[in-house]
Formats: sequence, C-alpha cells, structure tokens
Amino acid sequence: MTGLGARAGRRRMRRIEPAALAGVMSRELANFRTFWRATTFSSVLEPTIYLLAFGLGLGATIVDPIDGLDYEEFVGTGMVATAVIFSSALPAMFGTFVKHRFQNTYDAILAAPVDVEELVTAEMLWIGLRAGFYGCFPLLVSFLFGLDPTPAMLLVPIFCFVTALGFAAFGIAMAGTVSKIDQFNYVTTLLVTPLFLVAGTFFPIDRLPEGVQVAANANPLYQLVELVRHTAFGLEPTDILRLLALAAFAFVMWRVAVWRMTTRLID
Amino acid sequence: MSAIELRNVVKTFGAIRAVDGLDLEVPSGICLGLLGPNGAGKSTTMRLLTGQAIADEGELRVLGYELPRESKEARARMGVVPQLDNLDVDVTVEDNLAVFARLYRVRDVAGAVDRALDIARLRERRKDAVDELSGGMRRRLLLARGLVHDPKLVLLDEPTVGLDPQIRTELWSLIDGLRTRGATILMSTHYIEEAERLADEVAVMTHGKVVARGKPSELITRHAGAETAEVYGPPERLAEVRSQVEAAGLRVRPAGPAIAIVGAEKAQDGLVPEGAVRRAASLEDVFVMLTGEEAE
Repeated sequence: MTGLGARAGRRRMRRIEPAALAGVMSRELANFRTFWRATTFSSVLEPTIYLLAFGLGLGATIVDPIDGLDYEEFVGTGMVATAVIFSSALPAMFGTFVKHRFQNTYDAILAAPVDVEELVTAEMLWIGLRAGFYGCFPLLVSFLFGLDPTPAMLLVPIFCFVTALGFAAFGIAMAGTVSKIDQFNYVTTLLVTPLFLVAGTFFPIDRLPEGVQVAANANPLYQLVELVRHTAFGLEPTDILRLLALAAFAFVMWRVAVWRMTTRLID
Repeated sequence: MSAIELRNVVKTFGAIRAVDGLDLEVPSGICLGLLGPNGAGKSTTMRLLTGQAIADEGELRVLGYELPRESKEARARMGVVPQLDNLDVDVTVEDNLAVFARLYRVRDVAGAVDRALDIARLRERRKDAVDELSGGMRRRLLLARGLVHDPKLVLLDEPTVGLDPQIRTELWSLIDGLRTRGATILMSTHYIEEAERLADEVAVMTHGKVVARGKPSELITRHAGAETAEVYGPPERLAEVRSQVEAAGLRVRPAGPAIAIVGAEKAQDGLVPEGAVRRAASLEDVFVMLTGEEAE
C-alpha cells in the first residue's frame, strides 16, 4: 500500500490538513493551466479599456482632478478592487455551483480524505491567490497611463489576496445557498453591482449622501480601494485597521461558506 | 476483521426512509455485490460509507474506523468509483490521476500514476485531455483513479451503468483483476449478470434493507429452486396458467411477455404447459421474487 494507510497507522487526521488543501489546489492548478491565456488576456485588456473609457474619456472631458489626483490615477488605483471582486466572487459563485451541480467534482473529492471545510478553504485560497495576482494588473496598466510606481505598492497583492479570500468565500456561500444557477442574477444585481459601484472606484464616496457614505464604509471593496490608493499616494496609520477589517470579513465569510457548503454537500 | 460493518442503519430524507434498518457485513477479501432495483437504497448506502451522508441511527464501521467520527481516516484507505463520470475533461489523463494521488497523500505520485495508467491501459494516452478519450477509456480511467492509492477497500457504485456491452465486458475484466489481487470490493449494481459474474456473495437490497444474502448459487437454490419454466402465450392464457400454478402452491413471476414458474421441478405432471421453456433457475428469478421488480 502506497497511500496514507501505509505510513500513518492509526494516526488521527487533523481537521484541516495542508496535504488536503494542496491536493484540492493542485486540481485547480491543473485546470487553470488549460485556460490561463484567456484569463490573462481579459485581465490585461479589461482595465485598459476601462482606463481608456473612464480615464481618458471622462477625465479629459468632464471630471476635474479628485483630491489632487488625475482621474486616470484615481480610476487606475480603484480598478484594482473591481478586478478583485470580479476575479473572486464571480468565479467562486459560478465555479462552485458548476463543480457541484453539473460536474459532480465535489463528490469525487469528498470521497477522498478531504472534508468540506478543507475543500472550501482550498477553493478560497486558490481564488485568493489568483485574484491577488490578477488584481495587480490594473495597477500595472495604470503605469502605462502615467501612474508612478512606489515601494508601498508591493503590498497591493497582499491586500488583494485578503480581500479576495472574503469575496471568494462569499461566492462559495452563495453557491451553497441558491438552488438554480439563474438565481445568481439576484446576487449580482442586488449585492455585487452595488458593492462594485459604491466602492469609490469611479467617484469619491464623500460626495454621496451621508447614509450611503456610512454604507460604503462597510463595503470591503471601498476599504481595498483606500488601501491601494494609499500605497500610491501615502499610507496612513488607520490602514492597519482597514486590513484587519478585511481579514475579519474573510474570516466571517469563510465560516459562512463552510456552513452553507456542508449543508449542501453532506446529506 | 470485517472491512465494513453496518448495524441497524437508518437514513431518511423527509418522509422517505432510503435506508431502513440496514445490517450489512463485508468480510475482508471478498467482492460483495449489492443488488437491488433503482431506489433500493444502494447509492445512499455508498454515500453513508464515504461520509457524504450521515446516518440518523445505527452503527457504521469501515476498516475498523467508526463513522462519521473517523470517516476521513477510513476514506484514506478506501477507493471509490462513482456511478457518474466526474473526471476533469480538459485536464490530461495523467494530471487527473496525479491530483487524486495527492488527495490520497500518496508519496510517490509519479509511481502511483504509472501504476494507475497500467490498470487503465492508458499509458499511450497519458498526455491526452480526457475529452479526447472514448467512453470506454474514460470509464477505465475513472476506475484507475479510484485505485491510484492502492486501497484496501474499493466501493464501486454501479460501475457499468449505461455502458454498452463491449465496454461493460472490458470493465468486468478490470474489476475481476482487482478481486484476484485480494482487494475487498463492495459493488452496487442493478445488473444481475454483473453480480453473478463478479461477486463472491450477493446481498439483495430493497426498500432500504438487505432481504437476502449469500453466494449466487445458494441464493438460487434457497429462493428459486432448481428449475424455472417460462410460459409464452396470449394474456388470457397466461392468467389461466398463473392461477392454476399458484393454486398448486408454486410461485410465478412476470418475465417480460411471458410468465415464469419458479421451482418448476416441484410441479406435478401436467401443471407446466406443453411448450414451456424449461431452464435452470437463475439469480434473476431470485431478484424478481424478492424485490418484485423486473431485472435488467
């Protein structure tokens, strides 16, 4: 016997085993190798189009500089959050639902020594890593539009990763809740789109009504936008609280995702 | 030690008792065929054994591990071949196997993949995406994936359902090879021939419980006697024969367009009509008599 049984005897397996996480993530990697070109293409092109449309279009014609920033710089740094939510929440929602409902992938994985908690954690980590990487692309594209690189920007992948963990877990939790794939329309319309729009990406939230400003402050994407802008234009002491808030968001959503998926996957 | 021990296991889904007081013991080293019609509770039993369903009542032990508490430890030592093809279709054959070797914590992943490729007879296709394989190759790969960690116990959930006869025969030879190597196998099926060919013992399951268990030949002798006579004719004639035979204390079952007189060797002279086709009693007779369902 070459498997675990040969070397582990009657060792009690831990609740979350790194080998289980690595196994699930290796499956994601194997699949990703078959479609990375398309993902990378859209990750580069999308922020370029947005920056051309909003930055050069609106910035050059309608919008004045905001808080001393050119509109291209304002949008370019904000677009990081857009890239993060669209490369974490949406793949998590649709990917999880498809793997569960149509591909029966999770039945195969859970028949191996992998529990739902490990499965959800690994999926979150993988999406978090991917979104952490692709979230930086708008920033890189913004360099071509005149944004100056700073050493603090090296923190951006970490900020993106932590935020993406939360949104990945959110997407997984939604996939563990809806009964039909069409119901994601409610999620995107009622949650994802407002979060994306009221994140301070395209316009500053301090010009919104006070109630909306309070709501925007509770939006993890807004906190990410602020963190990214501060890496470009000066970090603040309160940024550590923003990062902790994003970590707390990820933790809470992780537990919700594990709960929803356990309900969905275990009879 | 038994590989699987289930005692009075109950699993309900709302008002439906999918598994209803199931007792099942699978000794190490045998192939047990779990034979039953659709909805008998076979798949739910398989899910209970892999920890994907939690029993409402009863005791479950797999390879000495108590479920669901030690389910993960048990799963590390068992292989599962599912009813539905859930391979990653865009990924290569060898990567499909390597992923599962890692999930099962195999140290020598490359060696395990090579062995599994040999089992599936797919060495030449290792670099091909699963999408490019024929249906038979995919089923062989699915079987090999469940064996990539050389498990002590293998659960085969309807391993040949929906396959054409040629692919089914191919898989039977692979499963037979597995049995010869000494693995314990629990195979759910609703194909009589599959159970007859591969299983050392058969447990007939219906309405969530095992209603008969034994070697196929023992089950046939016990529940169907030695001989079955199939009578063909118009429905009125069959109804007439049926009532005469049943009045004489023999059992009759439907057999497609015919009726089958089970235990026909006990019939008095003249009771079995001229022209009836006499044959040795079969596991199919047992299955239909015990479950009330037509066999496939």
